[in-house]
Amino acid sequence: MKQELKVDRDYVGEGIYRENILDHYKNVRNLGKIENADLEFHDLNPICGDEMTVSLNFDQDKVREVKVLPKGCAISTASASILSEELKGKNKKEIMKMKTEDIFKLLGIKLNSMRIKCALLPLSTVKKAICGVKNE
Amino acid sequence: MKQEFESLNVEEIKKDFPIFNRKINSKDIIYLDNGATTQKPKQVINEIKKYYEEYNANIHRGIYKLSEESTLEYEKAHDVVGRFINAKENEIIFTKGTTESLNLLAYSLSLDLQEGDEILISKMEHHSNLVPWQQICKQKNLKLKYIEITEDGLLDLDDLKNKLNEKVKIVSIAHVSNVLGTISPIEEIEKIVHDNNSLLILDAAQSVPHMKVDVKKLNCDFLAFSGHKMLGPTGIGVLYGKKELLNRMKPFIYGGDMVREVTYSETRFNELPWKFEAGTPNIVGGIGLGKAIEYLEKIGIDNIENHEKELIKYAYNKLREIKDIEIYGPNENLRSGLISFNIKGIHGHDIATILDEENICVRASHHCAMPLHKMFNVLGSVRISFYLYNTKDDVDKLLLSLERAIKIFRK
Ligand SMILES: Cc1ncc(COP(=O)(O)O)c(C=O)c1O
Repeated sequence: MKQELKVDRDYVGEGIYRENILDHYKNVRNLGKIENADLEFHDLNPICGDEMTVSLNFDQDKVREVKVLPKGCAISTASASILSEELKGKNKKEIMKMKTEDIFKLLGIKLNSMRIKCALLPLSTVKKAICGVKNE
Repeated sequence: MKQEFESLNVEEIKKDFPIFNRKINSKDIIYLDNGATTQKPKQVINEIKKYYEEYNANIHRGIYKLSEESTLEYEKAHDVVGRFINAKENEIIFTKGTTESLNLLAYSLSLDLQEGDEILISKMEHHSNLVPWQQICKQKNLKLKYIEITEDGLLDLDDLKNKLNEKVKIVSIAHVSNVLGTISPIEEIEKIVHDNNSLLILDAAQSVPHMKVDVKKLNCDFLAFSGHKMLGPTGIGVLYGKKELLNRMKPFIYGGDMVREVTYSETRFNELPWKFEAGTPNIVGGIGLGKAIEYLEKIGIDNIENHEKELIKYAYNKLREIKDIEIYGPNENLRSGLISFNIKGIHGHDIATILDEENICVRASHHCAMPLHKMFNVLGSVRISFYLYNTKDDVDKLLLSLERAIKIFRK
């Protein structure tokens, strides 16, 4: 007896590798690290070992300058690049309010639960920096 | 003399595995992540069902028929495992997996160690053969040392010899590396280690499922492996130990079923192997593992090994032709049924996502060996690992999807 279990996925696998994702992956915006940044944090995704470093300078409460140093897959890298463009001019409170859906909107793709973590790593790293979590 | 192998009838074998009836998006499942866990044949699944439907009862407790049946079946599974790896009676302890087996050893053996004693492992261990030793060394002021890996991904035997001294009490290494696929020459290593009067522990999680392992021939002191990586259920694993050593060791977990006689001040422990199996064990897991081994024996472990060798040779040579691919570990003659690789400019996750489109299941991560990947200066790798139900057709489909991934990322 052959049973056919239909599973419709909520994302189109290869479809996530759109032009804009690949572009940000290959040409990361605001790439690097700010010397003596106001805030800096380095984090990693324990599941895959991908790494993320963000550094931020502020004008009072507003982000003046941001740099990202991602070491990972296309999704986490593109997410870092796109987020870095979005952060400029935002204040801390606005950043802390950003959610998963905001990242999806910025990326313009849907992801399965395994890959969501890749997309969220940059934002969670930025939030940890703002909250004052310190790297050991 | 060339050994004769029966080639596997994979088409027939696949019929035993209900999961391969499943289609996702109308496509077959190509399962190439057997290093992580394996699929289960209906012989195992049916026995688990039968246990719960027909003879579920706790073991070593009831006088009644059901308990007698479950006890006999659970005990018999120990014998089946014992015969499979050529252990003597009572040398097989059921645990929840390789990880627990190695933790048991780290805890129990370290009770007899003195401050300053040394433990030697290699630089290509799975976290489960690294973290327990690392932590026990911190707690007890012991010294943990690492055997180097050569450039071709082999254990550096000269380094092993150099690092041995009278303080090294334990050497614990993988029989087969879960990242590099390297098969370590245990018969040679055993002599070196025992000449130094150290104990030899083998993490056999990736060897026992794929090749004939004879503990007497290897002459290791302990050996650990997991049921779920050899067609059995999850939550069941094995610790083999030489009887005279197990008899001398203290238990790791205390409680019911591991005792002979208890008073308010003293406890006399049960005999082997029950001394190390406190509490109600994973009864159905043990029984399921027994069935899995009977299934493997029916197919023939040598035939399975040979089948995988052919697949590896085929895959290795095809993968090598891909531009900018980096394959880790030794050449195809010195490796077991797995290959880890990276393709320049494409992260493993992205490869895995594109393969997933065709239901090709691979592992893309650090494979629980973070320091090893650091050594190769990569974050992770893509790993394919074979078993008896894989075919060259699976490899061809993999290659096609890899080409697609390259096309997407190189345009
Ligand atoms: C070489 C090796 N050792 C240990 C383990 C741990 O096995 P388990 O997770 O079943 O305890 C694995 C499996 O991932 C392995 O490949």
